[in-house]
Amino acid sequence: MERDVVLKADKVCKIYGANRAEAERMMAAGHTKEEVQKKTGATVALWDVSFEVNRGEVFAIIGLSGSGKSTIIRCFNQLLRPTSGHVYVEGRAVDSMSKKELLELRRHKVSMVFQNFGLFTHRSVLENVAYGLEVRGLSKTECAERAMEFIDMVGLKGWEQSPIHSLSGGMKQRVGIARALTSDPEVLLMDEPFSALDPLVRSEMQFELLKIQRKLGKTILFITHDMNEAFKLGDRVAIMRDAKIVQIDTPEGMTTNPADDYVRQFIGSADKTQVFTAQQVMIGHVCLVQEKDNPSNALRQMQREGFSSAYVVDNRMRLLGVVTAESAVEARQKSRPLAEYIERDVISVPPDKLAGDIIPLTVGARFPVAVVEEDGTLLGIITKAALLSCVS
Amino acid sequence: MSKWIEEYILQFPKAWEFRLGDSVDAAVKEFAVRNRDTLGAIKSSVISVIGAIRGTLEGIPWIVLVLAVVALAWYLTRRWRVGVAYGLMLVFVGCSGLWGHMLQTLSVVIASVVLCVLLGFPLGVLLTMSPRANRVLRPVLDTMQTMPSWVYLVPAVLLFSTGTTPALLATTIYAIVPMVRMTSHGLLYVDAEMLEAARAFGSTRMQTLIKVQIPQAKPTIMAGVNQTIMMAMAMVVTCALIGANGLGMEILLATNQVQVGKSLLPGIAIVIVAVILDRLTQAVAKRSEVQPDGA
Repeated sequence: MERDVVLKADKVCKIYGANRAEAERMMAAGHTKEEVQKKTGATVALWDVSFEVNRGEVFAIIGLSGSGKSTIIRCFNQLLRPTSGHVYVEGRAVDSMSKKELLELRRHKVSMVFQNFGLFTHRSVLENVAYGLEVRGLSKTECAERAMEFIDMVGLKGWEQSPIHSLSGGMKQRVGIARALTSDPEVLLMDEPFSALDPLVRSEMQFELLKIQRKLGKTILFITHDMNEAFKLGDRVAIMRDAKIVQIDTPEGMTTNPADDYVRQFIGSADKTQVFTAQQVMIGHVCLVQEKDNPSNALRQMQREGFSSAYVVDNRMRLLGVVTAESAVEARQKSRPLAEYIERDVISVPPDKLAGDIIPLTVGARFPVAVVEEDGTLLGIITKAALLSCVS
Repeated sequence: MSKWIEEYILQFPKAWEFRLGDSVDAAVKEFAVRNRDTLGAIKSSVISVIGAIRGTLEGIPWIVLVLAVVALAWYLTRRWRVGVAYGLMLVFVGCSGLWGHMLQTLSVVIASVVLCVLLGFPLGVLLTMSPRANRVLRPVLDTMQTMPSWVYLVPAVLLFSTGTTPALLATTIYAIVPMVRMTSHGLLYVDAEMLEAARAFGSTRMQTLIKVQIPQAKPTIMAGVNQTIMMAMAMVVTCALIGANGLGMEILLATNQVQVGKSLLPGIAIVIVAVILDRLTQAVAKRSEVQPDGA
């Protein structure tokens, strides 16, 4: 199947400041953005940025602040004009459009969702959502009718007459999304739309966006600084750094094949280990033996439950250590008490420790990490497998 | 030699002084003479407009005016006490025998504020839309604002002799500055993302101005109207010097006769009118405020 390219950036550069020519020469010679800034005073916001976005695709651009991601997205509706290079929407060069063509593009083809919502605070929800139709000159009833359809879609039915300030952050951005959808555009430009929302609302909105995307099949250019968000939403992801694109790939491709350390570091920031705690990843089912058990009992216990080692606790469930099957066998042969064979160098962590902080502890550890409450009570264990499953 | 030092070094050289003032005087006088008919027509129309405003104000029974102020104050502030206080203050003005003078003063204030808004608002918009107009007009506005208010009196008299017409001219020139400034300031400092949104959804410049900038700037513009009213009020009083009748004239007459009590009452009346106008317009400005979009 032939690819249907909707958005295309071709060698786009954006340089602010007086000494542009010199800045361009320096960048071409391979100097960094900082060096150019220091030497010429010019700020390079974009350098040689090229990518293509296919119809119906969600293309996420991720980068830290100042990486140029907000600049490139604004080139697609000419809120900003590239210094050099070209930006195409459905094959037409946006940068050479006349004023009238540009208005048409903004009214019909490309709409935008903003980080801080960019809502018109003097207007009601309905008037905000209908804005794009209103400037086209559609009749009031038609505006309201079509706006209502999208207010309904984002789940704000019943709120259409409310003033903006009465809405929560998540609801405000729903208005922002409805406003962008109402003009039935081909392309949605989303500039960190969920960054101003708190985490719970953010994931709810991400889910909502995916739902809408599945329903309407828009082409979405999505800017974010959150790797999790980029991987969750993006069919493909571009990483930007210092005005340049570092890598473009699918989330899977980028994870397995990061272009450089910077990308690797970014992907590192995406793992769930900074979210999950020991209690959440631990396994509650542990082979337990009492310290006064005799070795044969302990062995039988291990056999029955399919473990090669058992965690030894006292009569109040406080962790004492681990006995392996081998040492239990030895104890039985020499008929010594089990207590003499307890290995006490088991690593234990409190239940609220982050999974990410446990990973280094497991390196070279002989036994799974024990999760232990403050008073020493054993709650569960964390195997390497459990840790790995939370990373991926 | 010593004479030369005395004339050119110790003192500022007399020979270098030029008579700019004189030539400006001559030019304005010449202009006034040459355009006597036009100026006369302007003058008579101004007099009839202000006369009409005054006539309307005088046609309103005093009790209606007082009650209107009480009701308006209650409507804007939702506090009965405020309304009643304003009403009593107006009654005090009447008791001081200054009701008619107050209406005279008010009629010039109203006329000049209307003029200031009609001229100042479009000027403010122009300042916002055109950087070039901004470059030209800013220093003019600065000069107008810092110039002592008396300076406007003389050319106004040269053009329109004495009376309400030059008073209106001087007052308008003096009071228009905050209207222009606040309009342009309000329009310029609309939230950047909101302006981007307006552009991104395909607004023309005019649509952005009318649908987003002006509504957003409304509180600032209303604050400009408030300041303009206060400045007009102050200037109208000063205009007693060029023969504008009203409260200012009462003060001037009493001062000339060194009658402390007689000058005190119109002074208090001016304060009363100013306070009421200020509070009422401020309340209007506050009501037009859009709740900030606290994210």
